[in-house]
Amino acid sequence: MKTVGLFIVLLFGGLLVYGTIDFPPWGDPDTPASRHVSERYIEKTVEETGVPNMVTSVLADYRGYDTLGETTVIFAAGVCCAILLRRSSK
Amino acid sequence: MEFLISKYNYWVYILLMMIGFYAMIAKRNLVKKIVGLNIFQTSIILYFISTGMKKGATIPIVAHGYGGGAVCAADYVNPLPHVLMLTAIVVMVSTFGVALAFIIRIYRAYGTIEEDEILAKEN
Amino acid sequence: MIEHFEDLIVQTTCRLLIPFIQLFALYVIAHGHHSPGGGFQGGCILGASFILLCLAYDIRRAKQWMTESLNSLFCCIGVSIYAGIGLVCLALGGNYLDYSRLHKILPVDPVGARSLGILCVEIGVGLTVMAVMLSIYLNVASGGRHEDALK
Repeated sequence: MKTVGLFIVLLFGGLLVYGTIDFPPWGDPDTPASRHVSERYIEKTVEETGVPNMVTSVLADYRGYDTLGETTVIFAAGVCCAILLRRSSK
Repeated sequence: MEFLISKYNYWVYILLMMIGFYAMIAKRNLVKKIVGLNIFQTSIILYFISTGMKKGATIPIVAHGYGGGAVCAADYVNPLPHVLMLTAIVVMVSTFGVALAFIIRIYRAYGTIEEDEILAKEN
Repeated sequence: MIEHFEDLIVQTTCRLLIPFIQLFALYVIAHGHHSPGGGFQGGCILGASFILLCLAYDIRRAKQWMTESLNSLFCCIGVSIYAGIGLVCLALGGNYLDYSRLHKILPVDPVGARSLGILCVEIGVGLTVMAVMLSIYLNVASGGRHEDALK
């Protein structure tokens, strides 16, 4: 089992390293991830929301619906732990 | 040489990812499998943060606050990966908590947390 | 066998430090606009202060300071604040979670209303994260029976 696991891990590792040939170089400001909507969030955050911290304004205002789902996820995790484990002491 | 310098951060995160993956599939103890899952998720979080980096940029907080003035997008690190990874960290913590609760229940039901002994007791 | 060992230095240090840790956590939540921080980060620090209380003292004594019913109440109030603000914005005529509509009931302009809306939802998120972190720790560390746990 361990040798089969090692072989699978090395195979996937090699495939992923082969996949990084096409990745953008580190620190490049022209990557597709840093343009389009991200530039708009950086430039418009103070004049539209009044909050200088871009991470907070994107988290709680521009992508506020995702954060509501996030809070529900952690609430559900707390409830799951209580359901699975909580017993009375009698 | 340029190729090596510009891509080695991805290779380090792939190494971490494969360590976590090996722990998930090859270890017998359930807690070690969950620790491998945690290492895997951590490497994904670090990888995403590294894709948002820009050369010569600073943290994603506008320096002059309310003072007005133009904000140049190339001066600040991309904030989107940071936001998405906050969500990923919360999911990591939630999964870890529920997994530990399950492992406690499995221990109470079977008396062991080694995977092959549990499978032997099932059959 | 694990035994409960009370150490005077640990208990005194924690009793002195925990109020300052909680104050710092509230600072991190409130200054999420200007410095790195926000709801999740401040909620984690606040939850960690209660877990420190459980580690230094007994779980029984820590539950006298933060009872289980109060913990569950905080857990539900946090999510309700977040969803409730969205519903208030919906009732005032905008989209769900469209904070700029809050300028109709608050004495600020639409940009300031968005800033205040962000602060209120971050407070809700911080409360829920604190309560859930303490709840998960209590359940996993004691195996379900809070009163019979040693530490």
